[in-house]
Amino acid sequence: MQLSCPLPKLDFDTINLGHGSGGTLTSQLLDAGVFKLLENELLNKKHDGAIFNLDGKVAMSTDTYVVSPIFFEGGNIGDLAINGTINDLAMCGAAAKYLTLGFVLEEGLKMTEFWEILLSIKAACEAAGVNIVTGDTKVVERGKGDKIFINTTGIGTVHPKAKIDAENIKAGDKIILSGPLARHGITIMSHRQGLQFESTISSDTRPLNKIVLSLLDEFGEKIRFLRDPTRGGLATVLNEIAAGAKLGIDIAQKNMSVEEEVSGACEMLGLDPMYVANEGLFVAVVDATVADAVLYRLSEWEHGAMASIIGEMTTDHPRQVIMKSLIGGRRVVNMLPGEQLPRIC
Amino acid sequence: MKYLSEFRSPEIVEALLKEIRETVKGNWNIMEVCGGQTHSLVKNGILNMLPANIQMVHGPGCPVCVTPVNLIDKAVHLAMEHKVILCSYGDMIRVPGSGMSLLEAKSKGADVRILYSPLEAVNIAKENPGREVVFFAVGFETTAPANALSVIQAYQSGVKNYSILTSHVLVPPAIEAIMSDKECEVDAFLGAGHVCAIMGMSEYYPIVEKYKIPIVITGFEPVDLLEGILATVKQLENGEYRLENQYTRIVEAAGNTSAIKAIDQVFEVTDREWRGIGEIASSGYGVKDKYSAYDAMKKFKFDMAESHEDPTCMSGDIMKGKIKPNQCPNFGTKCTPVQPLGAPMVSSEGACAAYYYFNMITVEEVI
Repeated sequence: MQLSCPLPKLDFDTINLGHGSGGTLTSQLLDAGVFKLLENELLNKKHDGAIFNLDGKVAMSTDTYVVSPIFFEGGNIGDLAINGTINDLAMCGAAAKYLTLGFVLEEGLKMTEFWEILLSIKAACEAAGVNIVTGDTKVVERGKGDKIFINTTGIGTVHPKAKIDAENIKAGDKIILSGPLARHGITIMSHRQGLQFESTISSDTRPLNKIVLSLLDEFGEKIRFLRDPTRGGLATVLNEIAAGAKLGIDIAQKNMSVEEEVSGACEMLGLDPMYVANEGLFVAVVDATVADAVLYRLSEWEHGAMASIIGEMTTDHPRQVIMKSLIGGRRVVNMLPGEQLPRIC
Repeated sequence: MKYLSEFRSPEIVEALLKEIRETVKGNWNIMEVCGGQTHSLVKNGILNMLPANIQMVHGPGCPVCVTPVNLIDKAVHLAMEHKVILCSYGDMIRVPGSGMSLLEAKSKGADVRILYSPLEAVNIAKENPGREVVFFAVGFETTAPANALSVIQAYQSGVKNYSILTSHVLVPPAIEAIMSDKECEVDAFLGAGHVCAIMGMSEYYPIVEKYKIPIVITGFEPVDLLEGILATVKQLENGEYRLENQYTRIVEAAGNTSAIKAIDQVFEVTDREWRGIGEIASSGYGVKDKYSAYDAMKKFKFDMAESHEDPTCMSGDIMKGKIKPNQCPNFGTKCTPVQPLGAPMVSSEGACAAYYYFNMITVEEVI
């Protein structure tokens, strides 16, 4: 993260309750920080809402980000909040255009940290070509939050060729995974209290809108379904796809890539990479006739070197995901109930 | 990954399966003692690859599963009533107690923290001198050295606000308890590799002799497990009984002597209650008198209601290998990982959870 924009001169070096009062301090914080940094025609009006036109079918999505720690290898809560909502829209086949940005700040948050998060938000918006058009800032007392929570809501137009719907999925369709599993979750786990192993694993947080829209341009409705396996991981998403399509899924463990360091960390922590969160990864269910072509396009993408066809839809065992293990055994992949807890020995 | 990929090789697995198929003639029940082995067997789909006349029976080697409900209640009591910082391995916190689990206690405001090592709990005690910190020290022989070290460390550095709530259990007495059950149909055991890495092999020779039963100390990867099963089957087919060590890359005959030294310094062998099984004589560790200031059982008053189990849970029969998880009428219906009746449905090493997550094909066939 390049801190090219210096922190504006403010009277306080930490967030205090006044910054959420709606009065002078709020204005000062917003004018010097948010509005200046993220400026665009709609945001500059500083209204409570934004007024704009959108043509065609529209998709909308919202998500709230409470990640702890707020800074981690490969990103922070700021770019995570932008990329996450952009990606949720991309999974609808939509190009995110406008985002709202809501902050819940905890009294005592360092201004330098807030500024660094804002800079990441700006960089993420620019990278994905979206604008923040309205927002909200609240401050809660110390101990009533966890430094910073962010909500983003996004709106965008659906690609004219997109027909993303689980009901369109057919037996024989191929399932493509866009990259290696479990990077974000393991990055966060390695930061959490008590985990002291050192690693160079970094989060995969990134916007997926451009690659997804380019695939829709080329393959249209042959891209049947898209999902990003965030919380709950790949296993949960595959189960949701199987349930939505009322079909079974066969996958092969050997076709799913996990980076060696991530795999090692999973072994140590007793976690299954299929249940660990990702932030810059997607699963595409595609017509079998275009699967190889989609994979080729993905391989040209800067983050797609490890993309692979991991399995296919089947009329056997409807609503069940069955995996062929590395050694050739077959087993069911179930949804994760609650949080994945590490084993003890 | 070195030391892993070669033990997950599909070619070696296929060759071992072929040899097992060619070797086995009779019908054999082989118990894998350790929950980690159960998990690996199911997760890798090995149960469905073995010949039908080899039945794997899942043993009691899940420390979370055998921790008595009374002790979970005590942990909850410490967290809720004594307001201690209750530190635990992650697996423990969802296990149902009589009233609630530690996870529910946490949601009601108790300070429950998930740790990977008891040494972190000692650090938390140092950072919070005004509060009592208790580590929920469960496990087999494998986790005992680290728990012992935490007490030694606290003792040496003068930390007085740290203690452990112990529920250590031991593998050899559990094997004896299973073998002395008249209904027992186990023909051979896969020994728990990591337990033997700590304790060595000597404890198992008398069991082999007494019950005339093969025991093969076995690792956790697919190739390990199949090698262990093959070695067991060879003994059974030849009418032999010996202690063998498949897990030679980890287990030495004498075990880990410095770990054993730490255990001996802090713990002494004591009778223990096993959840679902009952009391087994000399089957666990308790804290020695010298360190009683670090024994939560002695440090705190437990003024609490009597503990009780859900009577419909059949985990005792499952852990003794009498029934398979999917033969329990509550399996997958009244009892799931989200709403567990008993501990084996919670722990990642519990046989019920392993079947629930990975083995529903068999379940549907059975039901």
